[in-house]
Amino acid sequence: MKNLSFSRREFVRLFTGGTAAVLISFNTACKNKISQWRYLGEEEIGLLDAIVEQIIPTDDFPGGKWANVSNFIDKQLSTFYTRHQQAYREGLGAFEKSIIQMKGKKFEKLPFTEQTTMLEKMENGEFPGDYWKDHSPSGFFDMVRQHSLQGFYGSPGHGGNRGYISYRMLGLDYPNVIGQNRYNDLSWRKYNPKSDGNGK
Amino acid sequence: MEMANRHVNAVVIGAGAGGGVVAKELAVGGLTVVLIERGRWHTFDEHGDDELTSQRTFPLKCGYGPDNERNWRMAPDGKNGWKKVFPNDWSYGNNAACVGSGTVSYGAMAWRFKPEDFHLKTKYGSVPGSTLDDWPLSYDEIEPYYEKAEYELGVSGDPTNDPYVPPRKNPYPMPGFSFNREGIILEKAAKRLGLHPFPIPMLRNSVPYNGRPACIRMRTCVGFACPVGAKAGTQNTVIPVALKTGNCELRINCMVSEIIVDEKGKATGIRYFDVDNKLQEQTSDLVVVSASASETARLLLNSKSKLFPKGAGNNNGWVGRNIQDHAYTGAYGLFEDEVYDDVGPGACIAINDFNHLFPDVIGGGVLCNEFIRMPYQFTSIRPSGHRMWGKDHKDFQKKYFKRHIAIHGPVQEMPVFDKMVEVDPVVKDFWGIPVARISGFRHDNDIKVAHFLADKAEKWLKEAGAIQTWQSIPGKESTPSQHQSGTCRMGNDPKTSVTNKYGQLHEIDNIFIADGSLHVNNGGYNPALTILALGYWVGGHITEKWKGTKMK
Repeated sequence: MKNLSFSRREFVRLFTGGTAAVLISFNTACKNKISQWRYLGEEEIGLLDAIVEQIIPTDDFPGGKWANVSNFIDKQLSTFYTRHQQAYREGLGAFEKSIIQMKGKKFEKLPFTEQTTMLEKMENGEFPGDYWKDHSPSGFFDMVRQHSLQGFYGSPGHGGNRGYISYRMLGLDYPNVIGQNRYNDLSWRKYNPKSDGNGK
Repeated sequence: MEMANRHVNAVVIGAGAGGGVVAKELAVGGLTVVLIERGRWHTFDEHGDDELTSQRTFPLKCGYGPDNERNWRMAPDGKNGWKKVFPNDWSYGNNAACVGSGTVSYGAMAWRFKPEDFHLKTKYGSVPGSTLDDWPLSYDEIEPYYEKAEYELGVSGDPTNDPYVPPRKNPYPMPGFSFNREGIILEKAAKRLGLHPFPIPMLRNSVPYNGRPACIRMRTCVGFACPVGAKAGTQNTVIPVALKTGNCELRINCMVSEIIVDEKGKATGIRYFDVDNKLQEQTSDLVVVSASASETARLLLNSKSKLFPKGAGNNNGWVGRNIQDHAYTGAYGLFEDEVYDDVGPGACIAINDFNHLFPDVIGGGVLCNEFIRMPYQFTSIRPSGHRMWGKDHKDFQKKYFKRHIAIHGPVQEMPVFDKMVEVDPVVKDFWGIPVARISGFRHDNDIKVAHFLADKAEKWLKEAGAIQTWQSIPGKESTPSQHQSGTCRMGNDPKTSVTNKYGQLHEIDNIFIADGSLHVNNGGYNPALTILALGYWVGGHITEKWKGTKMK
């Protein structure tokens, strides 16, 4: 039987549902891992991790997966982005089905460069939309792209940007210190355009 | 039974730039005032430096209001229909909703419009497709009120090197700010080009002033409240003064639904939903509306009565028309060396060389370096055709975050009659009040001037040593947001304007407007100081003409 995963929310809904049909689903769910996430399931997070790692890949600095971008998205889907819940549920499911149909395996299992090619197709509107109903593949991709960048470059308080990693990457002070009086510190006035930017 | 609200002389709707000043002027002048605000007080501490909920980049929410849960609008869906939009959607056209409103989280540029801006039609003649007109008010008349705003709220500036500065009788109350690293680079380049760079005047303390400290130059300034109160808004200047008189009550978390107009065509007060969403009435001798160009128009249109079936002051159909913003234009430049020094707020240098000085260019605008681009905001700044994700995108982010400069300018928009605020005939907000919908397109001239200014910006960046540059040109579609104006223009002819030169409705003499709605045009500058000055102008007029319970 195909793996099923349920979010906490669904878990609670199912648990309190009470009809026979729901109880059967509930039993099925029990055989599988209960998601530790807020809205998305374990499987969805696995796929999302691979996508966010494409959007912000690891180089000499960690990428989207390490920075907890999927956690950011999951957190927003249960708070500020509840209106995008359906788009994620449908989009991740449709994307997974299409990839399996085309490639015979899951997106996460494809080589990195092949993953990139598939996402480029999606971005350019060349991805089959068979499994999408309310959203387009390119629209879905752009939404995930934007949310990933928010998660990586926004404040860690929202669940992403683990350890201010993007601020460290950009060389920005973090957290932003209140009370530093740069107005009186005129050392930057000695700036030499030929220097390395650190006064040397 | 609940106690009715005590009758007051004036209700002022909206505690932003205009309303804060008017409330203070009236309260000091001896009138009893209720200043009513749909938002609440905000502090820096509750927001921190969170870019995703700032008032500048707001994917999660607009930190300084209004909330998404109660305040939707309608916007064109591009298919001849309408779609529901929320405050943190760009097509909503949000400003802010809190005590101080936009003046809490703005960048605090303190521009006076130029004398020409007050008589554009005389200067340029009629512009086809535009309702361009002269103000009924000259620069000389409003100059003392600009000065009052500069001194009471506190402006830092130094116009010595600006040959095109609007005439002023007195210097700024505080010295101008020094340039940051970008500013120093751009200053030299501008001088080599024969231009006249000078520090941007700011509603921000360069030295301690009026009991508030000097600016600490944080990177998170625009879009955020100031942690030390060095940025002047109405919430930390005139509103506390108003409250101290004992004549003014500030009533927050209250959403006004309509102005009550009686059978004789006089306003008798307002209806509003209080913090518990209960409908209340507040009677008054006069009503001042300062709710921003979109919400002021919405309130008037929603205030229907026997003599004014199309809304208060709208028998000629001009309420909500001619909404303007600024067609922001400019250019980006990439540099080999770091140009970033983390000295906020970033924007510091301006040139006035391309504003009303070229006879074949109608209008124009000031050019300034941009406020600091925060990391997420920078993810969308790329030359056209650049990859927006993946390795290239991350490389660009790393390499150029500290090696780019942006120069932008607010192109003065030509007013267009069909660019407008209406109320939706069907859709209502959380309280059941018909929502605003904003539609229409920019005038072709705006795009033409945008190209003109962007060329100048790009040239400036190249002279400064940029290794790659590109322009950012606005489109014809736009929803006026933080610079929204023009929906209840002032004028001498009641057929082509909503108020007289004192912000008093032509049709209902005890309703006044005091916000950007009054602007006949919106200048080539950020409009905050002009809105503040109009607050002093309208408030001063009311207190001067006030006699007991009515106007003389």
